[in-house]
Amino acid sequence: MDAITPATHPQGTLTVTRHAVDTRCVRLAGQWTIQAALPSAAEVQAQCLDAPRIRRLSFEASDLADWDSALLTFLLKLKELCDQSQVEFDQAGLPHGVQRLLVLATAVPEHQEARRASQRASLLVWLGQSAIAMTEATYALLIFLGQVVLAFGQFIRGRARLRTVDLWLIMQQSGAQALPIVSLISFLVGLILAFMGANQLRQFDAQIYVANLVGLSMAREMGAMMTGIIMAGRTGAAFAAQLGTMVVNQETDALITMGLKPVEFLVLPRMLALMLMVPLLCIYADLVGILGGAVVGVGMLHLGAAQYYQQTLSALHLMDFVVGLIKGTVFGVLIALAGCLRGMQCGRSASAVGAAATSAVVTGIVWIIVSDAILTVIYDILWI
Amino acid sequence: MPAERPQDAHIFVHNLTMAYGSLVIQRELTFSVQRGDIFIIMGGSGCGKSTLLRHLVGLQAPAQGDVLYDGQSLWQVESDERERLMRRFGVLYQSAALWSSMTLGENIALPLEQYTDLSPSRIGELVALKLALVGLAGFEDYYPSELSGGMQKRAGLARAMALDPDILFFDEPSAGLDPISSRRLDDLILELRDSLGATIVMVTHELASILTIGTNSVFLDADSKTMIAQGDPKKLLAESHDPKVRQFLTRGDPHA
Repeated sequence: MDAITPATHPQGTLTVTRHAVDTRCVRLAGQWTIQAALPSAAEVQAQCLDAPRIRRLSFEASDLADWDSALLTFLLKLKELCDQSQVEFDQAGLPHGVQRLLVLATAVPEHQEARRASQRASLLVWLGQSAIAMTEATYALLIFLGQVVLAFGQFIRGRARLRTVDLWLIMQQSGAQALPIVSLISFLVGLILAFMGANQLRQFDAQIYVANLVGLSMAREMGAMMTGIIMAGRTGAAFAAQLGTMVVNQETDALITMGLKPVEFLVLPRMLALMLMVPLLCIYADLVGILGGAVVGVGMLHLGAAQYYQQTLSALHLMDFVVGLIKGTVFGVLIALAGCLRGMQCGRSASAVGAAATSAVVTGIVWIIVSDAILTVIYDILWI
Repeated sequence: MPAERPQDAHIFVHNLTMAYGSLVIQRELTFSVQRGDIFIIMGGSGCGKSTLLRHLVGLQAPAQGDVLYDGQSLWQVESDERERLMRRFGVLYQSAALWSSMTLGENIALPLEQYTDLSPSRIGELVALKLALVGLAGFEDYYPSELSGGMQKRAGLARAMALDPDILFFDEPSAGLDPISSRRLDDLILELRDSLGATIVMVTHELASILTIGTNSVFLDADSKTMIAQGDPKKLLAESHDPKVRQFLTRGDPHA
């Protein structure tokens, strides 16, 4: 047998030789390393362990050039097979280091409870567990809502403990600093609406109504909706990550032991900031969107700028902006709630912070769309 | 043991059982801490030392039992009452838990702003004093992330002392510190106890700290899920016959 294998293709080999009637010797040779091509323990089993009357397995390793954990996993597997077939595993012939590591690896028996049972749950079990989880999530949400309402009550009575500096800072971060992205998105949305409308309205020679279409949809719907979605992705995620990191770092515990309620100190300023900033951003988005529509109207449909302006004024009423503003305020509260809720629920690991941020965005957007639908139906009933 | 009744002790933990849901961490803990003690909560990893601390400082409600501070219950009262009691504590968390969005000065000033009517300049003086006490004079405008681990721990200590608490709680103060910094922190703790007259409750498994500064202790065991020894750690080392306690206090060296 050739013990020296080419360096380019490291290879470990074994040969089983007969020593006595009831003893077989495994001769290990070559490179028993992770990169090498290696025989499996099952081969040894097939060659000798299955034979009757074999009582002992010994080793010979004088030709073994190199070894690492690959050899150990092979030997552990072989030892297990030997134990099953009640064959003695005689490790005396193995290198000294290998013997010691084998002793170390088998010194403490496997902790039976440590290995997680990965049994497949039946559909009913899964359904039941989901129902329980959902009840718990709803319960947690209600508790959180209650705490926020109480904190808000304290704030109105001037007794909430929070730092006004924080409030201003969050307002700046979530308001002024969101202007560029809100400008871009709402301008493009206005532009897109105008394009879509122009193609249809041109067939009736009614291009001028592009102004009505863009004005009304921006003011009543799209301004608030686009601002809400931008803020959910931008600020809701940031809130969840900030609060989540504070939970992981025990900073919220430190607040509690100082007698400060995290809901008052952390959640309230964030909610107040978004309650004020989202409606303002929403008005801004309405105007920029209308500007985007005007660019299409004037540039492509050859309407006069003054004519477009007059048409927009005559189509829009103050109530249309109020409708959008109410939506914006509601969205602001919901985004802040979703972000803070997921942040405060954050587990104590780095990946939990990421999950909290993701969940905050998803929750925020779902709540925005659902509340938008509800508000639209209410407006319809009220004839607004 | 002093002659007074145990429930009159400075801190009296009575029949405390701690659990996460149905998983019991420790059951039926009863011990008392006297004023001026440096009380050590010790035991192997995962036996519930930090959880016990969370129960003592009011962060986690016990499954059963109560904690009394000078005879006043912490858990059998309304949350307002509990918060008033909690204001007498200073807590140094394992990760220091400084508020990362605030400077050191703001961190220490926050409790003062919230609970006193002091003018900003008076608060500034107090903040400077607390920072000077922990050897961080002049670091008011630094953010926690700009400091080393040892400095963060000391700043956390300064914040814990902001309201001149009666009782200081430490969760593994020397975890992650080099031997010299950890020794200096021990000296600082001792100094603060002597000069401020505070009582100190400390979770640690730093043997050197336990044996040098501890005056009383409780030993929690993860297997039997309860306390298996209490008393002065030096005495425990000399007199205890419990193999687990002896092993812990001698680092498993049978000849010690």
